[in-house]
Amino acid sequence: MTTKTLETKPKRIMNQVAPTPSAENDSTDALDSTQYAIEAEKLNGWYGDFQALHEISLKIPKNQVTAFIGPSGCGKSTLLRWFNRMNDTIFSARASGDLRLGDIDLLAPSTDVVDLRRRVGIVFQKANPFPKSIFENVAFGPRLHMQLNKSELSDLVEWSLRKAAVWKEVKDRLNAPALGLSGGQQQRLCIARAIATGPEVLLMDEPCSALDPASTLAIEDLMDELRDQYTIVIVTHNMQQASRCSDKTAFFFEGRVVEFDTTETIFTKPSSQKTEDYVRGRFG
Amino acid sequence: MSEATPPDDRMELQEDPGQQDQRQQRRLRGSDGRMLLDQYFRVACIGIAGISVVILAFLLGSIIYQGVPSLSWTLLSGTPEPEPSEAGAWPAIAGTIWVCTICALITLPIGIGTAVLIEEFKPRNRLANRIFSAIQLNISNLAGVPSVVYGILGLTAFVSMFGLFGSLKGGESSLEIGAVYYDQFTNLASDPFLSMGAENARERYFLAPVASPSDPPTVATSGMEMFEYQGDQKVPVKISVFDPFGDLPSDPEELSLAIAADTIPGRISEKSWYYFSLPFGRGVLAGSLTLMLVILPVIIISSQEALRSVPSSLRDGARGLGATPWQVVWNITLPAAAPGILTGSILAMSRAIGETAPILIIAGIVYIRNAPQHLMDSYTVLPLQIYNWTSRPQEEFHAIAAAGIVVLLVILLSFNAIAVILRQRMQNKVR
Repeated sequence: MTTKTLETKPKRIMNQVAPTPSAENDSTDALDSTQYAIEAEKLNGWYGDFQALHEISLKIPKNQVTAFIGPSGCGKSTLLRWFNRMNDTIFSARASGDLRLGDIDLLAPSTDVVDLRRRVGIVFQKANPFPKSIFENVAFGPRLHMQLNKSELSDLVEWSLRKAAVWKEVKDRLNAPALGLSGGQQQRLCIARAIATGPEVLLMDEPCSALDPASTLAIEDLMDELRDQYTIVIVTHNMQQASRCSDKTAFFFEGRVVEFDTTETIFTKPSSQKTEDYVRGRFG
Repeated sequence: MSEATPPDDRMELQEDPGQQDQRQQRRLRGSDGRMLLDQYFRVACIGIAGISVVILAFLLGSIIYQGVPSLSWTLLSGTPEPEPSEAGAWPAIAGTIWVCTICALITLPIGIGTAVLIEEFKPRNRLANRIFSAIQLNISNLAGVPSVVYGILGLTAFVSMFGLFGSLKGGESSLEIGAVYYDQFTNLASDPFLSMGAENARERYFLAPVASPSDPPTVATSGMEMFEYQGDQKVPVKISVFDPFGDLPSDPEELSLAIAADTIPGRISEKSWYYFSLPFGRGVLAGSLTLMLVILPVIIISSQEALRSVPSSLRDGARGLGATPWQVVWNITLPAAAPGILTGSILAMSRAIGETAPILIIAGIVYIRNAPQHLMDSYTVLPLQIYNWTSRPQEEFHAIAAAGIVVLLVILLSFNAIAVILRQRMQNKVR
């Protein structure tokens, strides 16, 4: 499936874009602000003296998959980590400008980071299951945020694992250590863990970069299914993946958003020469 | 990029074939040499490991050879009598258990807590960062301080508490909880000089409660109510005071309640198990705290290493789910680091068990016949008892000392075994 060329238009985009014409005229600002999950306005980000993000202005639409593409070190992951304040742990990280999730100011020091991270889940590049049982991994988030009795908790764990398409493989060994799963299963477990807290937005930081094609396909199918209930933002280095499974794509270069449009536009008739060079594989 | 030939290789291709062959041969020889070096290295490693194993085996063998014949129930349960055949180490064994248990209970939370603070709650501003580095440097330095120095520090800080509570005269302390003082009177019959007219009465002791240990001695008066031990029970009795050279009652029961006029009572105290006093004096608590000073740096450093080895992706994962810093530490980092922390703690505790020098200073060389009853009680520990025995002139005591070493080794080994089992269990649970 990674051999699919860019010239053959990805099937899923056709399916996805056609029934949602609103995505087409997004550039004309036809959507009102309630249809955006995250809005960034002139966001600048620094690590110490190094400016990693320059004047980022983006509106991530609700219940769609938005892909961030661009060469390494262009600020995709940095931006993603500002969306749920994971940058808080990096001492030198600062940001200015405006970044909102609904009516929450994501940059304000007073923002309740704990509640924010419940609403904005994140899946990392490398699967990082806790050294606990499979059940405990998924139950970890709900235990932090909700008061559930035993059966409600196990129902939620089952729901999350089913949603993450890993239930069939693990249902007989929920008490087995999560580290015994294969890489792809571990990553799907991490997705199950992330959706168990009921987030509105799911951030995925190169979730498939360490996975084999079969697991990648499973996770892409998963995103396709999850898009109805979640806003998904995915950072990827894989052009085909971006074109296959995203509705909108942002191309980053040297800390700036060069182009942000529907995935179809970005991959077929990009307005910027740089975008075209990148998606055609001429650099990066 | 990867298919492109680097310019260096292209240069090589232009060299004449003979030169290339030579280069190839040189490479092969180099590889041979490395293989040989590998063999030498392996032999050297085995040799070095072997030497230490042989030395250890020799030491253990000689100790067991000397000590095992003297191992007996008397040694484990008896008191350190001056007669070698009756000498036992029970007060020392009990002292070791007391001191090490209390030391572990105090040191582990403080040590692990410090490591968590330094590793998991790194400060964001520069000044606090400096302070943290200074603390870190100090901890590393403290790990290398000789333990006898800690003994002197413990003597000042814990035993006498810098003299803040007055000097330690007569074992009196300025603040006490859980102690009751009595003046003990003896009746006429038990007084060796005055018992002439009271031979037919039984010997009795009476206790008069004293409000404060600094009160003057109680003056007994006729009809005064005192206490007497009957079995384990304290029973009130009415005493009477007589002139020992005057008329005495003829009834033996009445006579047994008689106390000579002007008797000077002895001041005694009864201490509950929760007895507490300031300063700590030469008690178990002061010993435990001094050992804490000795092993705290070791525990902090090993816990730090264990926490550092937990991949940060686990912390990120928990944080990304909305865990607070405390929840991350408690639910993720500490459990993941637990095997490492446990190993370091057990090594440190082993050191505490075997530590003699600081105990020698703060416990003093006193003859202890009883196991400690409370935190402020005087005590001795096994290494100190062994040291004591080895310095006696009699040969028999040296054999008993060897047996004491065997006991100490068994305690150490069982400690380590528990740690290994715990660690295995924890690791099996997560892998």
